[in-house]
Amino acid sequence: MAAALETRGLVKRFGGLVATDNVTFRLEQGARHALIGPNGAGKTTLINLLTGVLAPTSGQIFLDGVDVTQMPPERRVQRGLARTFQINQLFPAMTPLETIGLAVSERMGGGRDWWRVTGSKREIVDEIVEIAQRFRLTDVLDERTSNLAYGKQRLLEIAVAFACRPRVLLLDEPAAGVPEAERHELLATVAALPRDVSVLLIEHDMDLVFSFADRISVLVNGALFAEGTIEEVSTDPRVRAVYLGENVDE
Amino acid sequence: MHADPIAKSAPPPSTADLVRRSLVRKGRWGVAEIGFWAVAAATLFFLPERHLILNEIAIIGLFALSLDLILGYAGIVSLGHAAFFGFGAYTAGILAKHGFADPLLGLGAAALAAALLGFVTSFLVLRGTDLTKLMVTLGVALLLGEIANQASWLTGGADGLQGISMGPVLGLFEFDIFGTTAYAYSLTVSFLLFILARRIVVSPFGLSLRSIRDNPLRARAVGIPVSRRLVAVYTLAAAYAGVAGALLAQTTQFVSLDVLAFHRSADIMLVLVIGGAGYLYGGLLGAIGFKVLQDILSGWTPQYWQFWIGLILVVIVLVGRERLTDKVGALWPRSRTRPAGQAQVLPATPAREV
Repeated sequence: MAAALETRGLVKRFGGLVATDNVTFRLEQGARHALIGPNGAGKTTLINLLTGVLAPTSGQIFLDGVDVTQMPPERRVQRGLARTFQINQLFPAMTPLETIGLAVSERMGGGRDWWRVTGSKREIVDEIVEIAQRFRLTDVLDERTSNLAYGKQRLLEIAVAFACRPRVLLLDEPAAGVPEAERHELLATVAALPRDVSVLLIEHDMDLVFSFADRISVLVNGALFAEGTIEEVSTDPRVRAVYLGENVDE
Repeated sequence: MHADPIAKSAPPPSTADLVRRSLVRKGRWGVAEIGFWAVAAATLFFLPERHLILNEIAIIGLFALSLDLILGYAGIVSLGHAAFFGFGAYTAGILAKHGFADPLLGLGAAALAAALLGFVTSFLVLRGTDLTKLMVTLGVALLLGEIANQASWLTGGADGLQGISMGPVLGLFEFDIFGTTAYAYSLTVSFLLFILARRIVVSPFGLSLRSIRDNPLRARAVGIPVSRRLVAVYTLAAAYAGVAGALLAQTTQFVSLDVLAFHRSADIMLVLVIGGAGYLYGGLLGAIGFKVLQDILSGWTPQYWQFWIGLILVVIVLVGRERLTDKVGALWPRSRTRPAGQAQVLPATPAREV
């Protein structure tokens, strides 16, 4: 069975700097996989390569066994690769309803529809409702996004990506900056993501990593440094020295 | 409170009903909107001595609506929108001069020609910062202006394109010296194109444009082909501007280099700033405001009216159109997206399906 997402020998150089160093990596179907690494380890570059924002210097990327290395970002999304952003990337002047409706109707090929009113199709409405309930946004659907509480914005951030109905979901520090009071709601929705969505979690917060992931990859200086189950990685002395130890010191 | 009579007797609506209603509501016409167009239609009968200036207002309104489509909805700034206006005007004018006197034929040709020009030049404004866009659009308009100036065998050059004679609209309505047919014609065309634009901006396509304006990075991340959408709306807006130009050429039966001049592009930006971008009526209200101001001020101080226009522009921009139009928005509840609570899920004022 093809991996949900796979890279082979992925390299990205910025001038003399090697930001991604020969990364060969598999995200299995239905995985809960965390990618950790100290600041500057190249996590963001790797995400940008995976989503197609950056083109790799060499190497290949496969989505469900299909080579997507040359595909523009929006085509990868259409093929089932969605991401969230570490810093909210929302549409401040739109409502959550419009935001989710946009992603849903876009996926259903409605973005070329310039005649019908958004929401005149039943299946779009039903799906908006389902997503709003899953991400606990029903109460704020008609608010302006810029007026939402930060925790709700973080939920919307994931909801938009989820509305693309991805098979692979890249979560970039989903709980970053969320106040303690709103944290539980967010973690609960992340934990409740359906199992047929393979998730790659990029995270700093080790509590979240340990509670969510069943596999961990450690990225150091752009290269994969270690990979394994939580047990293996958390007991690996090299990892402790390079990453976990450093984290404790902070 | 809410207008839908069915909702009163029915059990409490489900989330799905609320969602649908909230989405579809945007596609409905509010009372204020119907009132606006009713008044516009009434001026055909009640203000016969003003038809020449009203005709001009309708044309400027359509031109500003065209700019609103790219600026207000897609976030593309332009200082050269007159390129399409002028191109449409010359297309219609030249056709009429060479014996193709049917107005609608000229209108269609102008729309096509301007759309083609818009399509080709759209690739120049896709990338780059706002400054790049301003300069590129400005440059295209200047280029076209100079070409029109040099090709005097075709355009009449600095003397203008003379000898245009138009046939009757639909073969029935001859243009008259009072501008009544002209105004009726321009108003009807503007109204029809307005309806089309109104449909477009509430469609999924229109929604995707707003998302691109708000955050192109995220728009791309939800699978929207950003460039293609921008090309589409730029082409559409160019066609609208071309039609506006054609209306001017046909109803005044004259085209001069003025249609491509920089001040045309600047004025239309000013019109949109006065009226407010991003809710479609801004261009129309701005056109009325601009023309009325121009009329009053130039009557008052014929030499210095531009001073006052300039002052008003500075005030609007500094005080913030948002703050100014929010006050108008209170009187105009349907036209703006405002911070809204759960209550807003229900229509606030009576609505009617299109």
